Amino acid sequence: MTRLMNSREILLAAAILVLVALIAYRFPAFVAPHNLAGVFNDTSPLIILAIGQMIVILTKCIDLSVAANLALTGMVAALMNVAGVPLPLIVLAAVTLGAALGLINGLLVWKVGIPSIVVTLGTMTIYRGVIFLMTDGKWVNAHEMTDGFKALPRQVILGLPVMSWVAIAIIAAFAVLLTRSPLGRAFYAVGGNPHAAVYTGIDVGRTQCAAFVISGALAGLTGYLWVARYAVAYVDIAGGFELDVVAACVIGGVSIAGGLGTVGGAVLGAIFLGVIKNALPVIGVSPFWQMAISGAAIILAVAFNATQGRQKGRIILKRVEAS
Amino acid sequence: MTIHTIPNRLQSRSRRVLQSWETLLLAVFVTIFVINSFASPYFLNAWNLSDATFNFTEKGLIAFAMAMLIIAGEIDLSVASIIALSSTAMGLAMTAGAGTPEIIVVGILTGLACGVVNGVLVAGLGLPSIVVTIGTMSLFRGLSFIILGDQAFNGYPKDFAYFGQGYVFWVISFELALFAVAAVAFYVVLHRTNFGRAVYAIGNNPTAALFSGIRVGRIKFILFLLTGLMSGIAAVCLTSRLGSTRPSIATGWELEVVTMVVLGGVNILGGSGTIPGVVLAAFIMGLVTFGFGLLNVPGIVMSIFLGALLIGVIALPRLWGQKR
Repeated sequence: MTRLMNSREILLAAAILVLVALIAYRFPAFVAPHNLAGVFNDTSPLIILAIGQMIVILTKCIDLSVAANLALTGMVAALMNVAGVPLPLIVLAAVTLGAALGLINGLLVWKVGIPSIVVTLGTMTIYRGVIFLMTDGKWVNAHEMTDGFKALPRQVILGLPVMSWVAIAIIAAFAVLLTRSPLGRAFYAVGGNPHAAVYTGIDVGRTQCAAFVISGALAGLTGYLWVARYAVAYVDIAGGFELDVVAACVIGGVSIAGGLGTVGGAVLGAIFLGVIKNALPVIGVSPFWQMAISGAAIILAVAFNATQGRQKGRIILKRVEAS
Repeated sequence: MTIHTIPNRLQSRSRRVLQSWETLLLAVFVTIFVINSFASPYFLNAWNLSDATFNFTEKGLIAFAMAMLIIAGEIDLSVASIIALSSTAMGLAMTAGAGTPEIIVVGILTGLACGVVNGVLVAGLGLPSIVVTIGTMSLFRGLSFIILGDQAFNGYPKDFAYFGQGYVFWVISFELALFAVAAVAFYVVLHRTNFGRAVYAIGNNPTAALFSGIRVGRIKFILFLLTGLMSGIAAVCLTSRLGSTRPSIATGWELEVVTMVVLGGVNILGGSGTIPGVVLAAFIMGLVTFGFGLLNVPGIVMSIFLGALLIGVIALPRLWGQKR
């Protein structure tokens, strides 16, 4: 019970509740179910990407190319739509292309052994540049997209738009994958102790590559959702979004050193940022504050993580001494 | 995991120099120079080449400090945001009626202050630098956005323009002269002092460095301070050159600076790298950008090239090594 109370997720959930309560105190309309559902829907892309990023960070890597991946797959999806490709094929292509872009990152990390931060800094600029090469900097606008293409993420089922349901499905699927499957355990093992992972028969590089493919596939899916929802595709969509994604993970208690983090944490981290982003205009603060606030949140979260980690660190030795 | 092997016999000096990363960079530099001279008739012109140096001098100033930081096993992704905040502070000082000397002092001190923040968080509290500086990257530029919003500062004093637009002698701009002075200063500090040796020691094995009496935390703190200082100086040059401040100033520069450092042969995992390598990398990146500009290649295509270059320069030696 005390472990549950002290757990990162409960604390973060409490912080979000306090935040929402404070906003509701002044602006009751903010907590109307309809509005909260809107906030969740708005945060869905961040949630989906944060889960992918968390898996990559679990394996001691980082994927800074997610936003560029999203923009590239989104543009390809939009162009396919303009060319008249049926919708299911477009979604499939977006996920496949995203996974392929993730695979490029993964292979460079696994087979060539380049640190992930360098690989993804490079592919981040390359993927965005490719969009420019494909389109010559032109936009694909709402009137060029078919209605079916734009309507899917907004389609309301059981009171929530499809985009929210996609996020919920991904949360559920990855919560199961990470805690109940060999691959999920492998992600934790690789990040927790790479040497021990090798001795238990886990291929470290291959697991890291798998993490990049998952992160890429989720970015690809989000690429379609993003472009369809905002009904526009151009070179700079989701510019700088990779930092929000990393921020969501860090705030959610995912350790940058690898091996530590949960789907619940990443999701709550994303929701925390989403609530702040949506609340700022409501409480009348200029949206220009958002960047500084998320920066401060990252620093506070990582400082908090470190103090928590220190208490837990290497407790096995102390217990042996005491007994 | 990298495994360091120590050879039984050191290679002869001439062979080592010939096979070094710096020699390779020099060859690349000469090749690009020759290609550019053939590709565009406007390339071989003293004033044009002097203009080309503006593509890298400001980034290069930061790259020297970043190189030391990366050699010591840390990284600072907030440098571009420090420029933004520092430039905004200079704009505020200017609107408050400060003259050129005060504006410069404000700019440099803001850079230093940002360095102190990073240094305290990383060296003082022991937090991972990559997350801390991703955070301060948002924070510093965010503060700049809070102050400026969608506005801009214009109308810096006339004599302030010298630092970004002035020339010391003939085609040698103030920025290029500053770059040269900084290169020499950083070379001496990194390659000729105890402090420099300590930086390498920390990058190779922080624990061993600590046990051999090196004040690891203090040196890391100084390195962050130095990176903040150089970013502040770069902010003075850039603001002076542009003559205005927007919160989006120098967006994406952190990547270009890191690319420059890694291209210069600094190991991203720490422990090795040289200042001459970084100087050559700065010149190569400046020439490539300039050459592409003369050929009317759009900026984003150059960034593809730089991204590929970043991955390529690290991948090729590794692939080469695997084959042998």
